[in-house]
Amino acid sequence: MNKIYPDAAAALDGLLHDGMFIAAGGFGLCGIPELLLAAIKDAGTKDLTFASNNAGVDDFGIGILLQTRQVKKMISSYVGENAEFMRQYLSGELELEFNPQGTLAERMRAGGCGIPGFYTKTGVGTVIAEGKEHKDFPTGENGAMETYIMENGIFADLAIVKAWKADETGNLVFRKTARNFNPPAAMCGKTCVVEVEEIVPTGSLDPDQIHLPGIYVHRIIQGEHEKRIEQRTVREKA
Amino acid sequence: MWDRNQMAERAAQELEDGWYVNLGIGIPTLVANYVGDKDITLQSENGMLGMGPFPYEGEEDPDLINAGKQTITELKRTAYFDSAQSFGMIRGGKIAAAILGAMEVDEKGDLANWMIPGKLVKGMGGAMDLVAGVGKVIVVMDHTNKHGDSKLLKECTLPLTGKGVVDRIITNLGVLDVVDGGLEIVELADGVSEDELRAATEATIV
Repeated sequence: MNKIYPDAAAALDGLLHDGMFIAAGGFGLCGIPELLLAAIKDAGTKDLTFASNNAGVDDFGIGILLQTRQVKKMISSYVGENAEFMRQYLSGELELEFNPQGTLAERMRAGGCGIPGFYTKTGVGTVIAEGKEHKDFPTGENGAMETYIMENGIFADLAIVKAWKADETGNLVFRKTARNFNPPAAMCGKTCVVEVEEIVPTGSLDPDQIHLPGIYVHRIIQGEHEKRIEQRTVREKA
Repeated sequence: MWDRNQMAERAAQELEDGWYVNLGIGIPTLVANYVGDKDITLQSENGMLGMGPFPYEGEEDPDLINAGKQTITELKRTAYFDSAQSFGMIRGGKIAAAILGAMEVDEKGDLANWMIPGKLVKGMGGAMDLVAGVGKVIVVMDHTNKHGDSKLLKECTLPLTGKGVVDRIITNLGVLDVVDGGLEIVELADGVSEDELRAATEATIV
């Protein structure tokens, strides 16, 4: 079965519809599926809900879909770098559901593993816990009871992720901290489309070094990535 | 009174050889400069253990950033992993300590450091997961805010990041522990009297 598509528009053909739920990989601007986001902008799909740790910056990442008002709701842990996001959120045009970062990652992982809910200590006693089921478990010292809240797994219509390399069967290798949310996002999508810097022949990746097996990957494109740096920090040579 | 670097230096004394540690943004980041000979591995919650210093100019890698989105470098010991595993090790108590900044801490160890109602809300990022999961939560912050009001309160007024999560507080005036009934003075900063510290603290000092 061929998983390789010529470009982002072709890879998304037939997968997009208004009001859909998309899980996206990336942390800040690192490891974001920039080509697929650009193709969603061109497709004009509206009322999108995104599960994504961040919302990009004004002119890159998910930010480009905010400019065109294609996003209805964001599920994120941190959105501080995007002025247009804040404007739309404060004016009520955009819904926002804050998730603690680890809860968001685990919601994606859990959804991808067929787990509809899990208990976590994160957020107990905060606004995050309001309206959620609480349950005590004997996880403390000497079996003392500790309180947890239930969080739901994420089951997205589509996952869009960025990897470094794929083989033709969709086995993926990520590079450094660009891995971040990409594997859990990939896992929680009903369909997963991946953009990579290089598609290599099947058999050329070491099977022991695959970060995400191709079973999670349905469509692959190769392309040129801008890979913008958000905060360039350097040190002086001694 | 301690300055930012002295607070970071004091915080570094809390870290024990062999620990895996997560440092927050701001003064906590400076703690890395003072670990000395101790074998400390820094975690960056976007998916890295063994965080190295900033790169030399021209060697920045867009695929290699820390949780503050700054370009960094790797070390020989570095390991990369995805965000679910990263917070798995945080939630699972594998990270010995987190050193974080704060807006408010109260005498029950409640911490507020992510949101001021009515002001721009950026999000909690990984702070709620860290304070809920790591072994020891050490707060490093100024003792008072810019209006001179105490940041060590009887009860936090801002939305919480975690309830009963703080173990130790290091401020420009000294070091305090969260204990039964309030805060306990562990150490005074250079040139600071106990009366001065008490006067700048709203929380109960036991």
